[in-house]
Parts: sequence; C-alpha cells; structure tokens
Amino acid sequence: MLEFKNVTKKYSDGTTAVKDLNLKVDTGEFVCFIGPSGCGKTTTMKMVNRLIDITEGSILVDDKDIKEQDAVELRRSMGYVIQQIGLMPHMTIKENIVLVGTLLQWPKERKDERARELLKLVNMPEDYLDKYPHELSGGQQQRIGVLRALAVNPPLILMDEPFGALDPITRDSLQEEFKKLQKELNKTIIFVTHDMDEALKLADRVVIMRDGEIVQADTPENIVRHPANEFVEEFLGKDRLIQGRPDVTTVEQIMEGFPVTVTTKTTLKSAISTMRDKHVDSLLVVDSDNVLKGYIDIEAINLNYKKANNVDDVMETEVFSVLGDSLLRDTVHKILRRGAKYVPVVDEGNHLAGIVTRATLANLVYDTIWGDGMELEDTAAAGE
Amino acid sequence: MMEFFAENGNELLFKTWEHFYISLVAIVLGVIVAVPLGVLLSRVPKFADRFISFIGVLQTIPSLAILAFFIPIVGIGKIPAILALFFYSLLPILRNTYIGVRDVDRGVVEAGRGMGMSNWQSIISMELPLSIPVIMAGIRLSTVYLIGWAALAAFIGGGGLGDFIFDGLNLYQPSLILAGTIPATILAVIADRSLALLENKLTPEGLKDSYETA
Repeated sequence: MLEFKNVTKKYSDGTTAVKDLNLKVDTGEFVCFIGPSGCGKTTTMKMVNRLIDITEGSILVDDKDIKEQDAVELRRSMGYVIQQIGLMPHMTIKENIVLVGTLLQWPKERKDERARELLKLVNMPEDYLDKYPHELSGGQQQRIGVLRALAVNPPLILMDEPFGALDPITRDSLQEEFKKLQKELNKTIIFVTHDMDEALKLADRVVIMRDGEIVQADTPENIVRHPANEFVEEFLGKDRLIQGRPDVTTVEQIMEGFPVTVTTKTTLKSAISTMRDKHVDSLLVVDSDNVLKGYIDIEAINLNYKKANNVDDVMETEVFSVLGDSLLRDTVHKILRRGAKYVPVVDEGNHLAGIVTRATLANLVYDTIWGDGMELEDTAAAGE
Repeated sequence: MMEFFAENGNELLFKTWEHFYISLVAIVLGVIVAVPLGVLLSRVPKFADRFISFIGVLQTIPSLAILAFFIPIVGIGKIPAILALFFYSLLPILRNTYIGVRDVDRGVVEAGRGMGMSNWQSIISMELPLSIPVIMAGIRLSTVYLIGWAALAAFIGGGGLGDFIFDGLNLYQPSLILAGTIPATILAVIADRSLALLENKLTPEGLKDSYETA
C-alpha cells in the first residue's frame, strides 16, 4: 500500500530531518509514528502527501512513485487530519465535510448525501450540517475534521497528532470512536503522535523514531515486552513496563465466559426466579441470536412487575459494553471511572461473549500483587 | 446662506461630484493594484517586510511635493491628481491585505493545502474571504484619507472641492472655505459608512457570528 524506500530529508540549513528511512505499510494497517519532538515523525508523514519534498529516495503509494504524480491530485486522494483541526471558519459543517468533494467537482446531491451519511457515522444529528465550526465544541470539531478526511473515501489517511489538543476525556472517546471506525472502514492510517498511551492503544504497529531514524517498529505488544534498547525503554516509561501485563492483555483473556442471561421474551416472573437461583441482582438480556439487547435489574422488576409482563418491556437498553479485543488497561479504567458493577463483553456483531465484573478485577489485582511479587506501593500508584 | 447656495449651488454640486469622482477612481485603482500585490507579498514574507517599509518611506514624501513632481511627467489636470492619490492609497491597502492574508489561521491554510487545494483555490476560497475584515479596514482608511487629500488636486488643476478652499484662501472668504470643507467631510463619512455596509456584506456568514461574540 505504502512504501518508504531509502527516504532522506535534508533541509536547506543543513539539518537532516529523516535519514534513509525504509518502511512498508500494508493495506488496512494502522501505523503510529512516535518519538520526541524533532525526531522527524511529522516530516516523514508530510512527505507522503508532498507538503514536504523528499530530498532522496522515494515513497510509493500502491506501487506508484508519488513524485510522478501531481501534488494537488495526490493530496485529494488521501485524507489529512491535523492537530489544529483547521476547519474553514467561513464554511458550514456540511461544506467543510465535503470540501474535497467540492474540489473534485462532485454534484450537489452527491455531496449532500455524503455529508449526511458521514455525520451518521459519528452519531451527530443532521442539524449540525448547517452550523458553523465555532458553534461546535473542540471534540465535535475534530470529529468533523476526521469526517472531512473520509469524505471522498480515500484508502489512506494521514493524521498529525489529531487528538493532541483535546481534553483527556474527549480524547479518550474520540480515540475509541476512531479505532472502531477504522476497523469498520478498513482504512490505512499513518498517525503521528507523541503520546505513548495513544500509540499503544490505537496502532497495529508502532514506529518509534529518534533523530530521523527508526529505532523500533513493531506491534504494541512486542514493543512493551521487548523494547529494542534503552531509548525505547525510557520512552515507554518505567510505569508501563511494570504494568506491561494489563497493557497488552485483552478483555477476552480475563473475562468470565457465561454471564447470567435471559432472552427478550422471558416473563418477569421467570426472570426473578433466575435471579434468585443464580444469586445475582441483575440479568443481561439477549435475543435468540445471543445479541445483547439490554439489562434488567431487581429495581426495574420491583417497580414494574404489576404493569409489564415481559423482560423487553422494562429492560434498560443503554448498556455500556466493551469489545473482546480491547485492551484491559482501558477497560479497567472505565469500570472504575463509571462506577459500573460489571461490563458485558461483546464481539463486533454485538453478540454477548462474556462479562467483566468487579470480582474479576479483584482476581487480576490479586494476581498482580501476589503473583508477580509487585510491591503494594506500585499498585497503589497505578490505581490512582 | 441661502444666498450662497443660490449663487454657487450648481457649482458646489459639480465640484462635489468631481471630488468624489477623483477619489473613487484613485481608490478603485488602488484596490485593483494593492490587493493582488498584497496577496503576492504574503507568498514571499521575507521580501514583503522590506518592500512594505520601502513603500512606507516613499509615502512620507509630502503630498504637495508629489503633485509638483508629477507636473513635468504627466502635466496638470485630473490624471496627475488621480495618479498621486492612487499612489497614496496603496500603502494602507497593501499592508492590510498582506497582514490579513498572512495572519489567516495557519492550521486552516495547512488543512486546505493538505486536502488538495491549489494555490489559486486557496487564495480565492479561503485566504481572501477569511481576511476580508482586515483588508476592508485598509480600504476604508485609505478612502477617508483620500477624500481629504483630494482637495489638493485643485492645486494642479484637477478640480474638486479644493477649488473652493483655494479660492477662499486667496479671497479671504471663510464661507468659500467652509463650502469646500463641509461637503468633503460629509463625503468622507458617507463613503466610510457605505464601505462598512459593503464589508458587512462581503464578510462570510460564519465569521460574522464569531466576530460578534468575540
């Protein structure tokens, strides 16, 4: 998909920003470039859409040398998202989203349709289309910034610290949303960041750079487990090496497999007896295909047993669930922050796969403390 | 008062028109030259600062002297007057265009370029609309100055309300001086207000709100 061949960038003042860089990126791969400032990560990215010219070597996109293509055409064929967001303040959200479509002279109907379609992807209501960027919050603006990059459905998207300027909570949810989106749409992503958490969370492959050279390029798991040298170790931070395990453990590995469920058409009476038999105070509700529909707890039954018959009449449909392959680190964080008693685990099709409860977490913390001989102080610090 | 109007009314109207016409032609020429030049300068920022200070120095030459210098080159009458005024209109418009375009949010410009806007598209659909308020401020400033300076046109036979003022000075008739000054002032105020309306019309919808709230 994308290939760097002996790419070198020298600036006119004599500094070498990128030295003889070689890298191959596959279609659908999410690659994070990371390193201290001045390491050449942004330069590397900007050479791909020719915002910066290559001094030596070549970059191939789909086996075609980018130098042989018209720079403007090339940029229109790639998505581009930057930290400063850069929405056009004088254009409506709709005009902003389909800007590249406008440059490519798409007909109006096609643009309108595409804008609505994209806005749905991030669950924003349609009346945002006619607003102006300054009426949106920072997080919403960057959502639009991401949509704008997706507008003409480019296979490759370049992102320059896109979530760097957002507050931590917004950043968290945008990262989540974006990772999901990327999996759905199967885009190839080149993502520049200086935030290790972000890189480990999002990337399929993390490329660590220093002084214009690649120090290590590997999966997040391998980087945490086998840092190539001291620089990488230091860059990862000691904390992360200690927490190495939860860093790369997925939810699937620790979840409990058979949560207590009832199907949507169960009567409340039989639901309450299931609760009693299993000694639980709430039940997950699934349909006949094991797709998670909601949950029902003892309070809901108590309030409604006279009015309603079936579980699906009273169940709560807003369930917070996590994907089986998401990282445990993030999940633990969320369970603790939301004060949830348990989190159902689902696969891509929202089929119920298991459950993580607070008791599961107790096991995990027990293992960490007693199993690995880690000192209590460290856990306390990590828990904060 | 009534007597003065009865006697000079027609001439007053004509001179006001002449005054207006000289200023208008000069300012339109100024906009036509200075706005594109300002945009061009924003592409070569290193050169731009030097160039603008150079123009600034040229403009410190007293206007009367400029008019005098122009006589051997272009003679007397309306054209040299318009030329001289045009010359004075350049700096404020040029500087404001340059600064306006230069100060358009770098993030926005980079996003535009990164998404595949050509240089021309970037200027027309992004940089100019976003710098309209600053450019218009330069044009308004220039216009108001120019209407004042246009009185000097009379000095080289360009006509306009300056004729009244010079006659008044020569004949010791304050009423004539006022007859030249007051219409010129009114003209300047009207021009400024109309340009404010124009500015409001040209400023893109999305920018207005943010300016109001800011």
